[in-house]
Amino acid sequence: MSLIAGTASAQSPTNIFDPAGTPARTAMGLSILVLSVTLVIFLIVAGLLLYAIIRFRHRPTDSDREPAQIYGSNQIELSWTVIPILIVVTLFLTTTRVILVTEAIPKPPSAMDVTVIGHQFWWEYNYPKLGVVTANELHVPISDPSSPTPTYLTMSSADVSHSFWVPRLAGKMDLIPNRVNTMWIDPQATGLYLGQCAQYCGTQHAKMLLRVYAQTPQDFAAWIEQQKKPAVQDFPGNAAAAEGQTVFMKNACINCHAIKGTVATGRFGPDLTHLASRDTIASGPVPNTPENLRKWVNDPNTLKPGSLMPAMHLNDHDLDVITAYLTQLH
Amino acid sequence: MTTTPVLEAVDETLETQGKPPLNVIYEWLTTVDHKKIGLMYICYALLFLVIGGFEAVLMRIQLAIPNNHFVSPQVFNQLFTMHGTTMVFFMGMPILFGMGNYLVPLMIGARDMAFPRLNAFSFWVSAFAGFLLYFSYIGGSGLYAAGSAPDVGWFAYAPLTSKVFSPGHSTDYWTLAVFLSGIGSIGTALNIVTTILCMRCKGMKMSRMPLLPWLYLVMSGLVFVAVSPLTAAQIMLTFDRYLGAHFFDTQAGGSAILWMHFFWIFGHPEVYVLVLPAFAFANEIIPVFSRKAMFGYPAMVAASVAIGFISLSVWAHHMFTAGLGPAGNTFFVFATMVISVPTGIKIFNWLATIWGGKIIFAVPMMFMVGFLFQFLIAGLTGIMLAAAPFNWQLSASYFVVAHFHYVLVGAIVFSLFGAFYYWYPKVTGKMMDETLGKWHFWLFLIGFHLTFDFMHIPGILGMPRRIYTYEDGRGWNTLNFIVGIGAIFQAVGTLILVYNMIRSYYKGKEAGHDPWDAWTLEWSVPSPPPSYNFAIEPTVNSRRPLWDLKHPEDPDTDYE
Repeated sequence: MSLIAGTASAQSPTNIFDPAGTPARTAMGLSILVLSVTLVIFLIVAGLLLYAIIRFRHRPTDSDREPAQIYGSNQIELSWTVIPILIVVTLFLTTTRVILVTEAIPKPPSAMDVTVIGHQFWWEYNYPKLGVVTANELHVPISDPSSPTPTYLTMSSADVSHSFWVPRLAGKMDLIPNRVNTMWIDPQATGLYLGQCAQYCGTQHAKMLLRVYAQTPQDFAAWIEQQKKPAVQDFPGNAAAAEGQTVFMKNACINCHAIKGTVATGRFGPDLTHLASRDTIASGPVPNTPENLRKWVNDPNTLKPGSLMPAMHLNDHDLDVITAYLTQLH
Repeated sequence: MTTTPVLEAVDETLETQGKPPLNVIYEWLTTVDHKKIGLMYICYALLFLVIGGFEAVLMRIQLAIPNNHFVSPQVFNQLFTMHGTTMVFFMGMPILFGMGNYLVPLMIGARDMAFPRLNAFSFWVSAFAGFLLYFSYIGGSGLYAAGSAPDVGWFAYAPLTSKVFSPGHSTDYWTLAVFLSGIGSIGTALNIVTTILCMRCKGMKMSRMPLLPWLYLVMSGLVFVAVSPLTAAQIMLTFDRYLGAHFFDTQAGGSAILWMHFFWIFGHPEVYVLVLPAFAFANEIIPVFSRKAMFGYPAMVAASVAIGFISLSVWAHHMFTAGLGPAGNTFFVFATMVISVPTGIKIFNWLATIWGGKIIFAVPMMFMVGFLFQFLIAGLTGIMLAAAPFNWQLSASYFVVAHFHYVLVGAIVFSLFGAFYYWYPKVTGKMMDETLGKWHFWLFLIGFHLTFDFMHIPGILGMPRRIYTYEDGRGWNTLNFIVGIGAIFQAVGTLILVYNMIRSYYKGKEAGHDPWDAWTLEWSVPSPPPSYNFAIEPTVNSRRPLWDLKHPEDPDTDYE
């Protein structure tokens, strides 16, 4: 009971009992039912146990005689076999219905597709029909129940297993290499929904955070338009950024990172085309500020130990200009 | 008139006084006596209980506050891997096998296990496995680089364990340790099954056997079926890592899901391998301290066998989030929920055993009452997790951690502690100190509830397991702090137990044959029991031979 009270009062941006999308809401409906049934069972059985240990405890005034030996009773035992079976069947049928409405309903033609690839330790998002690739911050339109536009996530992994979990939107689904899983979300209110990787995936499993931005259809369309553009190529009046671009393209950065419209086409690390448009770096744990970017390029392990990006060992000048360049990637 | 066991001791006993220390050591190292092997299992497991508990405390200190830097991510990942592996393979299994080794022959009136030398082999190979695992802290990656214990989780999901993602030897230490412990477990299981089936004393039909050997029989059967696939999987993984096989190596087209199936085909029945002995202790202790016969003996046996079989068809409830599809998920929802029926029967039968009794709250019974309440809650959260859509939210979250610690600590460890206090007088001839026992009970009980009651909530608030730190502002801070305090209470409680066991060995009061006024055969021999247990093979006519002896006016035989 403390469990339920605690849950109801706790303010958390990842509370599963504060759903903002259909899969999370259906799961909660089932959860409430299961919680109520188990709570009633608990109260009855625990009450009987408590009564028994108080009522039948040995008292000094008791006689020395052993209590009556009772070896069993077929009627009683049959009843506490049959009643649980009935409860189980009821719960099973209800659960099956929720599984079917979540996993087996047909995909509406208005659905939007996003391919999600899990990496150690970041997320790659690809909008195949819209030609946009981004990382770590997923933008989706909100879904109006009268004309639903759910987002279908087609998920796999580039290395080890991961799991996509944004508790207020839906339950989790694993991203497993050599396997394609799907799930769908339909946030119904704008806002930022948090979550994180839920399958242990190595050293920095803890800081592989999820951020889902649910936007109005207009805002989402504007965001897509902006993301479709190639990266800024010339920086009039900003010599540092221009020099930073040269440093970036001459270094190993381009082996792992892509910046659309440049020679950088690496796929191993996050796509940086519109890096400056993101709120965070390193898949969520740090705000996207010039200081953090500089720290990150210099040695990612200070911000996120275990990160697979190597320390670049650039001199101070190169660090300054590369930071200037990255902050211009709107 | 009932024939009763003969209470004559033979002269050779566990007594070691007056012998030179080297002889004593040699005697223990070479022993094939089931009681000495049982005790070695228990001591070895207690050592690992303390180590595994220490690892848990370190983890809870790290998680007590957000963004903590008490340990590094690498060390934290090693800690939870070692904690899980240690507690399952080097604490749980050995301690339960140790109890079984000690008690099963005594309770069925046998003089030893069926294969005494296999028994010694099984112990030594298991013990070696534990030390091998911890040797990884010295000899893990490359050339004796310190601090390279395995960090792939006790579940070791592919492909994190492949050479690409886990270079060095830390994962090999894990694989070999688990493999060897598996060999030991299978050997012991074989021994227990043979002993129970072939070596029962005269008159002990299967239907008259005490419930403890019954449950060890089911448990051992499960060990065959469950541990064998795990052992096979360890060999396959080693082939992957060293011989270029690609069973689980996804970079070369192998399957990560295949490992999950192999692991959980072991991993779920394993829960029952661990919990069936806990039921076994409850079945012996609850009736004695309620002064009543076990209610519904045939139903208890049937429920145990049913649990054994059903537990083999529930493994994929660990994979509800792996994308098995609606058909697969539905099947495993059903199988998982169904197992609550035989489990429920057990709880109700224990309740009925207490009902109308005269309950004596000695320390063993206090632990049993804790066991009953906590196992009830563990079962109910298990039903919640069986509902797949609820599971999609809760799996891999702290709710799951809380749930299975309710089973493993709240049920199994409580029952085990009860069993320690109950059989300690038999094993050593001395009583354990009741006052220290009560301190142990209350500290551990309070600590347990502080830790694991509160741990459910961060799971509901979206906290995944296996993370070495978390950010502020998620609503998890206070809860994790309380959980950390509880862990320390439990640690102190456990240390009191260890102190009590050592102290009572030297200073405890004499126990005599039968300090609890109990009814099964082990209480008919002296404490500690002599080598070969029974001077003359006993004969029994009922399930409670000593009851018949003490109550000739109302013998059990009339009711069977």
